Amino acid sequence: MKITIRNGRVIDPSQGIDCICDVVIEHGTIKEVQKSKGEVQGEKGKTKSRTNERHKEEKEIDASGMLVVPGLVDMHVHLREPGFEYKETIKTGTEAAVRGGVTSVCCMPNTSPVNDNSSVTEFILRKAAHEGACRVYPIGAITKGQKGEELAEMAMMYEAGCVAFSDDGRPVTDSLLMRRALEYSKVFNLPVISHCEDLTLSAGGVMNEGVLAVTLGLKGIPAQAEEIMVARDIALAELTGGRIHIAHVSTEGSVGLIRAAKKRGLAAITAETCPHYFSITEEAVGNYNTFAKVNPPLRAKRDVEAVKGGLQDGTIDVIATDHAPHHRDEKLGEFDAAPSGISGLETLIGLSMKLVDEGLLTISELIRKTALNPSLIVGLKRGTLKPGADADIVVIRTGEEYKVDPALFISKGKNTPFEDVTLHAKPVVTITPVRIYEWE
Amino acid sequence: MSLKSKDLVGIKELEAADIDLILETASGFKDVLGRDIKKVPALRGKTTVNLFYEPSTRTRTSFELAAKRLSTDVINISVSTSSVVKGESLRDTALTIQALGADFIIVRHSCSGVAHFLSRNLDASVINAGDGTNEHPTQALLDLFTIMEKKHTITGLDVAIVGDILHSRVAKSNIYGLRKLGANVRLIGPPTLVPEFMRELGVEIYTDMDKGLKDVDIVMMLRIQMERQGKGFFPTTVEYYKNWGLTSERLARAKENALVMHPGPMNRGVEISSDVADGLRSVILEQVTNGLAVRMAVLYLLAGVKA
Repeated sequence: MKITIRNGRVIDPSQGIDCICDVVIEHGTIKEVQKSKGEVQGEKGKTKSRTNERHKEEKEIDASGMLVVPGLVDMHVHLREPGFEYKETIKTGTEAAVRGGVTSVCCMPNTSPVNDNSSVTEFILRKAAHEGACRVYPIGAITKGQKGEELAEMAMMYEAGCVAFSDDGRPVTDSLLMRRALEYSKVFNLPVISHCEDLTLSAGGVMNEGVLAVTLGLKGIPAQAEEIMVARDIALAELTGGRIHIAHVSTEGSVGLIRAAKKRGLAAITAETCPHYFSITEEAVGNYNTFAKVNPPLRAKRDVEAVKGGLQDGTIDVIATDHAPHHRDEKLGEFDAAPSGISGLETLIGLSMKLVDEGLLTISELIRKTALNPSLIVGLKRGTLKPGADADIVVIRTGEEYKVDPALFISKGKNTPFEDVTLHAKPVVTITPVRIYEWE
Repeated sequence: MSLKSKDLVGIKELEAADIDLILETASGFKDVLGRDIKKVPALRGKTTVNLFYEPSTRTRTSFELAAKRLSTDVINISVSTSSVVKGESLRDTALTIQALGADFIIVRHSCSGVAHFLSRNLDASVINAGDGTNEHPTQALLDLFTIMEKKHTITGLDVAIVGDILHSRVAKSNIYGLRKLGANVRLIGPPTLVPEFMRELGVEIYTDMDKGLKDVDIVMMLRIQMERQGKGFFPTTVEYYKNWGLTSERLARAKENALVMHPGPMNRGVEISSDVADGLRSVILEQVTNGLAVRMAVLYLLAGVKA
């Protein structure tokens, strides 16, 4: 089958493309990006099918006035399967991903059982192959059971298909063990992803430390709980030469530490943040809104500004969602007892486009951080429209305002603090090598 | 005049006029409590449920008696931790109680924000009897009432609150109430229990108790939780008492007619010496009596909002 996406503004940072072009796809791979020849018939953003003389199906998508970009790569997602299927499954999570314009997800290992051995990795990949709407790349645990005591079988998980290692929300507190993980992972040239939190300092905190936490009577987590671990992990990366990727950067101090480390250039350091850390502050916790409970916590205005600055100057390489779906009942109760996390896949593009609206990033830079860079970090040949690449493409409509309605989320997790927020960028067509997903 | 909300979740949510109204109404009820027959039929036929997730004697008893003095039926439910572990959610428990016909749900819980959560989810009036480290609004109201009785005004008074401010819901509610009514508030204690950023609440902070107590009109002591000892907040209760315990010598720094208050239960010899606790300037037992009048006022006024 041949698909031609016509007349869209095609943006591909991997080739420096930003033009009104047609993208031609054949047999699930990208054939070429060529200059548009002119008008096409049909309704904007809709697929038109016809059968040519050789009885082969051809599809055309008119993307006039829309953005045509590589399918996004979200390197920080919780698919919850196996073990927490009531929160999300590989099926619903990947369907939510394509709805959000994401065609590759890296899934965190905090499932039950934990993805700390190749049989769990294989299970995830098999499920994803059968039921997944997009590509799934598992992240293996650094330590057995995420317990921080002994290394998991990293080589075997690598063989099975893991693309990175992380103990996710349970940071490796033992510095010697973290050193070993960074050394050992060099064998596979895979990054170790670190959730930076000094657990002895955050000590049961549930939101950002400060006067707001005191007036709500909630236990605070100081920014330094993150920064201490960022500093440690940078030091260990410089010691070992291993690759460290700092997950969900939320504070001004962390941005500064990473910026300085990159300037020194002694180690391979990459970093990500999430839309909620550049979109909203701790104020969102407001009247004990459990949907705004996330770890690391939403921070102060100066942190939000610093994260934006880090995105702008390249200190932060990646925007990932940390998509963390939870069941309604779990979020409906005491703030202290509610689990942390935001269902983020379906607001990724809308929230991130605000960075373009504010003039902080060009669209090309945004796509670099949401598709190309994560792809490079975990070693995929994705996030690009180069000829021969898998046809992962998303068509984004901009300029038409809408309000976020969690009831319309495909994800089982409706837990978002962005309900009723007005956005304008929205994926309308997502293409994977095997399917075209269209909405509206 | 009436209150605007069906619930009393915190002093933070009240305006000065609301506080004045509650204090005035409480004054009327205090007269009632001085009579031979202490019961009025004002809320006959209403049902009050004390829903306590934390152990409490004085607050629960005070609410129970206040509700009975107003002729409501009262049910006490003490939810032990074990039945929470069994699995019924807070929301389900509260909805069940409401379905039984409760008009007032008085809730105490170890998690901050529980009263707010219930107020959003229930039609009944929710009264916060202490939520985590957030607020204990009726305690602050009875403290304000007691100050008003003795000093006839709150505006311009210098009030020192001493002790574990960080974890004290009583302190938080009092800070909001005193500031709203125009008092100057000083917080005194070690920096581990009185974080610097609390200045943003419009208060002064002292680590030196002798300096902090100078010329104040009111000294409010807080209970020191024994569990804090050895957890890094302070090394020992002996050392704490030496630095922040209220003794007669220290009290001499305050104004001559300064009042000594304490929400109870007291740790004699930890945060307060016995001679001060039992001394002439102590109004600690009057606080307890006034608590009854204030809680009657709150129930009465909230019933008015509903009707």
